[in-house]
Amino acid sequence: MGDAIVVDHLTKLFGERSAEVLPRLRQSLTNTEIRGRYGVSVAVRDVSFRVRQGEIFVVMGLSGSGKSTLVRLLNGLITATAGEVCIGGRAVTAMKGTELVRFRRTTTAMVFQSFALFPHLSALENAAFGLSIAGRPRTEAVRRARAALKQVGLEGEAGRLPAELSGGMRQRVGLARALAMDPPVLLMDEAFSALDPLIRRGLQEELLELQRQRPRTIVFISHDLDEAIRLGDRIALMEGGRILQVGTPRQLLRDPADEHVRRFFRDVDAAQVLTVADLAEPPGLVLDPRRPPDPAQLRRATAADGVAYLVEGDQRYRGLLGREQLMAVPPWPPTETPPPGPTLAAATTVEEAIPVVAGAPYPVPVLGERSRFLGVVSARRLLRSLA
Amino acid sequence: MPLVDALPMPAQLPGRLPLGSAAEPVVVWLLEHAQPLFNGVFALVDGLTQAVESLLLLPPPWLACLLIFLLGIWRLGAGFGLAALLALALVVGLGLWSPMVATLALVLSATAICVLLGFPLGILAARSERAWGLLRPLLDLMQTMPAFVYLIPAVMFFGTGKVPGTIATVIFAMPPAVRLTRLGIQEVSADLIEAGLAFGCTPGQLLRRVQIPAALPTLMTGLNQTIMLALSMVVIASMIGAGGLGDMVLRGIQQLDLGLGIEGGLAVVILAVLLDRLGQSFACRPRSMGQRLRELARLWGVWR
Repeated sequence: MGDAIVVDHLTKLFGERSAEVLPRLRQSLTNTEIRGRYGVSVAVRDVSFRVRQGEIFVVMGLSGSGKSTLVRLLNGLITATAGEVCIGGRAVTAMKGTELVRFRRTTTAMVFQSFALFPHLSALENAAFGLSIAGRPRTEAVRRARAALKQVGLEGEAGRLPAELSGGMRQRVGLARALAMDPPVLLMDEAFSALDPLIRRGLQEELLELQRQRPRTIVFISHDLDEAIRLGDRIALMEGGRILQVGTPRQLLRDPADEHVRRFFRDVDAAQVLTVADLAEPPGLVLDPRRPPDPAQLRRATAADGVAYLVEGDQRYRGLLGREQLMAVPPWPPTETPPPGPTLAAATTVEEAIPVVAGAPYPVPVLGERSRFLGVVSARRLLRSLA
Repeated sequence: MPLVDALPMPAQLPGRLPLGSAAEPVVVWLLEHAQPLFNGVFALVDGLTQAVESLLLLPPPWLACLLIFLLGIWRLGAGFGLAALLALALVVGLGLWSPMVATLALVLSATAICVLLGFPLGILAARSERAWGLLRPLLDLMQTMPAFVYLIPAVMFFGTGKVPGTIATVIFAMPPAVRLTRLGIQEVSADLIEAGLAFGCTPGQLLRRVQIPAALPTLMTGLNQTIMLALSMVVIASMIGAGGLGDMVLRGIQQLDLGLGIEGGLAVVILAVLLDRLGQSFACRPRSMGQRLRELARLWGVWR
């Protein structure tokens, strides 16, 4: 699928002498030096990335990394100093006045960390706000707002004021207010950060469920790495206004671009992110059931793991042979059908794989789609990934 | 027996800056050249106060009392409704009903003008620092200049009666309307403004749909302050013939009649409390129909 959002060399500087600083950004001046010398603070520094249609793109960074500024540049709440944001093929950074208003009514909706519900409006009126502002007929606005409230499980609270709702409920109204617009792009600024861990977890699950029902392009700002990993199809790591690396959670964990990225992921529980496919390695001996093995191979196998994996020419896994069965060769292939033994699906996380691997006498084969053999995971390999 | 004669006249002191006497030609010039303007203002204010007063005198006292009684029950509960009824019965019993209505008419007209002028000025001051810079000293002046001082030009421009009384009251009572409007609009949190913009508000919609509703409690406080200040001008305004309850108090002072003063003062207090409490109650959402019915049912129980 195509790119929903294209961000190209986007920069946002705050301060009177921004124009002076802009050409100097290419130099190796740090943000602190720029601040000291010119009194200009660098919020977003020459950032480029693309968000794909229908993915959850998490921008992850600590406070002050520029992520909140970045998301506000996407819908023009903040005007860029340089660079371009294109959403749905239209340059947001070039829009002004009514054009920008129309763009916000049709293309983006936003969910805020502080909920930012209108205190004088009921849950239903809050949810209908965007549609009502856009001049939609009242009946349509109310119908869609009700549907949105139902999506977040608040149809019973439609008439209550924000002050009468709990934090989790309030943010559900905030989410419903955005969903009612049915926006192609949803911007979520630390949407769940102000909530208790349990409620936060619940809303994360709900967001994923909504996403399964109807995928939207979501830019999700977070400072919580666990959240980023749980929600993000891809994560952009931000520090000091720059994006350090963009990739799937596993990519970032497995191949961190630099020390900064590695540092971010230091405390992540790898067992929940890495899958057995990431760890799979070639086994000691692979045999083709249609080609008899030579005796030297067999001797080596019996000496080492005492196991051979039967994989056909098209990489399809057929089963494994233990020490006794190997010693009984020839004839080839063994007359008995080889037992398949325990196997792991490629997407199994390390955490889930531990009991399987620990219970198997041999390294456990990892299988992709249609029994494609991807390699094996040994107990030793598993242990090393957790270190 | 005017007290003023007994005071020394500072104008006769030598070496004084002639600021006061410089103001007089300005007023005279204005009187000569801006007469149509003053006439227009007079007609507007006169029409307004007359209309409000005759509207308020339309229902007979018992019906008006009943309406306020019901309003009190609806907004503040049975206890307040009953207290209001008793207090109003006292006013009627003292024969002060029509002066009280006259005072109320003056207060309401002055408040209406204050809101009409002060509300937009407050919004302007919230949006533009320059406008606020100009308004602020003016408001300080209006608030701190002793109220008696602008009775003088008010009389010079508009003669005596209700109109100059209303205008002097407007000058005295408007500053909180402007200040609290500005404060309320500025206090609306940046989050709400951002949310309004993010969902596609135009600047006008942002003001009407987000800023003003969110600022409403502060705006209502401003309105309440304005009403209370207007009420406190009543006695002073009666010195230039504005009439109403102020007359009772003024006559009490002039004749050293404590009883008359107390009666008039008490009626002012009753009016003030009713206006304050009922006015405040409109700052928040109305009670639900169910709550209202329960209140009435409880009241029924009290009566039986």
